[in-house]
Amino acid sequence: MTPLATRRMRLRGMIRKESLQILRDPSSIAIAFVMPVVLLLLFGYGVSLDARNVPLAMVVEQADANTASLVGAFQHSEYFDPRPFENIQAAQQAFDLREVFGIVWLRNDFSRRLLSQGDAPIGVIVNGVDANQARITEGYIQGVWQTWLVDFARSQGVELQVPVVLEPRIWFNAAVRSRNFLVPGLIAVIMTLIGAMLTSMVVAREWERGTMEALMVTPIRIGEMVVGKLVPYFLLGMGGMLLSVAMALWQFDVPLRGSFWALTAASALFMLVALGMGLLISVVAKNQFVAGQVSIVITFLPAFILSGFIFQISSMPEAIQVITHIVPARYYVAILQTLFLAGDIWPIVLSNSAALLVMMLIFLGLARRKFHKRLDA
Amino acid sequence: MNTLQRILALAIKELLAVLRDKQSRIVLIGPPIAQLIIFGYAATFDLNDIPLAVYNEDRSVPSRELVTRITGSPHFRLITAIDHDEQITPLIDNRDVLVVLHLGPRFSEYLKRGKPAPAQVIIDGRNSNTALLTLGYLRTIFTDFNIEWSHQHGLRGPPAELQIRPWYNENLLSRWFIVPGIVGLLTLVITTIVTGLSVAREREAGTFDQLLVTPMRPVEILIGKSFPGILIGLVEGTFILLVAIYWFEVPLRGSLGALYLGMFLFLLSAVGIGLMISSLAVTQQQGILGAFLFLVPSVILSGFATPISNMPEIVQQMTYVNPLRYFLIILRGVFLEGDSYDLLFNQYWPMAIIAVVTLAVAGWLFRHRMN
Repeated sequence: MTPLATRRMRLRGMIRKESLQILRDPSSIAIAFVMPVVLLLLFGYGVSLDARNVPLAMVVEQADANTASLVGAFQHSEYFDPRPFENIQAAQQAFDLREVFGIVWLRNDFSRRLLSQGDAPIGVIVNGVDANQARITEGYIQGVWQTWLVDFARSQGVELQVPVVLEPRIWFNAAVRSRNFLVPGLIAVIMTLIGAMLTSMVVAREWERGTMEALMVTPIRIGEMVVGKLVPYFLLGMGGMLLSVAMALWQFDVPLRGSFWALTAASALFMLVALGMGLLISVVAKNQFVAGQVSIVITFLPAFILSGFIFQISSMPEAIQVITHIVPARYYVAILQTLFLAGDIWPIVLSNSAALLVMMLIFLGLARRKFHKRLDA
Repeated sequence: MNTLQRILALAIKELLAVLRDKQSRIVLIGPPIAQLIIFGYAATFDLNDIPLAVYNEDRSVPSRELVTRITGSPHFRLITAIDHDEQITPLIDNRDVLVVLHLGPRFSEYLKRGKPAPAQVIIDGRNSNTALLTLGYLRTIFTDFNIEWSHQHGLRGPPAELQIRPWYNENLLSRWFIVPGIVGLLTLVITTIVTGLSVAREREAGTFDQLLVTPMRPVEILIGKSFPGILIGLVEGTFILLVAIYWFEVPLRGSLGALYLGMFLFLLSAVGIGLMISSLAVTQQQGILGAFLFLVPSVILSGFATPISNMPEIVQQMTYVNPLRYFLIILRGVFLEGDSYDLLFNQYWPMAIIAVVTLAVAGWLFRHRMN
């Protein structure tokens, strides 16, 4: 046999062995196929930053046509669920018990000041604990207020004088649907988990069971062992990935404006990075216990918090921004959000893919080297 | 040997099993501390230095004043000034800027004649939350500008004005919201890691069967096995709390006792779930898988980053079995709202129930799941 043929034979044997191991322990198949579906369903529906029907306490001390029109404006908004309260004390009690998120308070001189001096205050209290939610709610309240001002001016037969009118256009996501950016980001988080989980214990397991020594006495080379361990998991992972993309498109109606092939290529690259990371953990950790611990600690939370999936990276302090560069999910999230919502914007896709490629080489190279050292020891 | 001695012996053995191994010790202490600091700074919804491009075709005094107001705000940073329509698309597409402000050539003419002067703002909506927040910041700047302009030029201002006051977090710092959340998050991760494998590992090694044939009763095994998770959780939880208070300077306004009662119940329920997963698993791999499958949804569906009230009804119902949900409310309630025991009662008892049920199931599984 030629050296190439023997190498191919060894590789095939290794892949076959790993594949059989996957098939015998159905948990890997569950990780690759069931998990993305369950997680994506749960999170796709569960994770949303769009507030709807925010409960607001309305305190009107002296009801008349003007206050009624303002309360009506809140009722017409899809963002609010206004609830009448007798007085501010009762409203505050509900506020303390978190039954309402905010209070709108029209004092008894509201109409008088509205019509005479034109400086009627609309008192608003919002629960600031969740600062993001509070800011977004403030924005919605301002929207209601402005609509009402225009209507009120019209009802008085005067034109509202607004010096500068803000005309916002939100590109790529005109309806400002948070699901459109969260679902692609979730794919990155879920795939990080799956890649790392699939591989993080495969080598540690061989050491613990003593089968590594058996592998060592075979003529198989280290590079072949790494490839042999990766191939079956890569195929599994890509299957899960395709499933997730299909769900994003058809279950969650996220538009895919870029090309499917760019998405597949970037995903394959990312899958290799995630698997490489898992493999490295698995090679470095002494046992399955530690491998499992490490993979929980360094994959999920960084992918969740440092990837730009939900928290804007450019707003983080400089030093933290530097740290985000070692989180592979960061690059993949940028690619996914762009490919799904904006289209094939090559400068973004290519530069982030290049970063992924570098990370893949580092992880796989390190895994291979550490493998070697362990054999010497 | 009496019960207490037996439990103590097992508890010490369990603690040693976790802490004796150097790698495992590092994993339990290093990453949580590093993550606390990194996430504390990273996990913020507040936007600073939003990259901005200005396309000012007007170049008059009022338009410049408006632009200066925006670029002078800490929220925005001027990246470039442009002079062609075609420059807008690549800037936004490549994420060089998040916002383009476009003032048309007749901006100041309209403004001076008292006609509404349009100011077009183009925002990258790839992250819709960022887009909305950016719009909010801009709206505030525009409203201020309008009020001042009306005042200076004798125009009628709006007849009614909004006076919005956020309570509990007056400056709307999202760090005050997120950092207490991280206390819960990391405590959960640590506890799950400590307990999630403790039974599965012994089962794989065969030592669990030996444990079962000792005179220890399942309840005693349960208490002994719970001990390291609760102890390590309390110690690290306390440390994380101290960092939240003294490093991140989140105000602690409520009762520390109420917080610790919450933490204890939370740890009990987390340990219960961890042990349940661990005793269901046959191999360590399944144990890790189970720990992951529990951790990931409990973090994402806890209200840590996205509010539970935004979730569909059915998903909201599912969060009732998530102990982190309750602990986050306690943490934020005590830290920011100054809550005490009475206001938090409705958060305590569900965790107590989760703890009792999961610990009981775990204890039952010790004996009934043997291969």
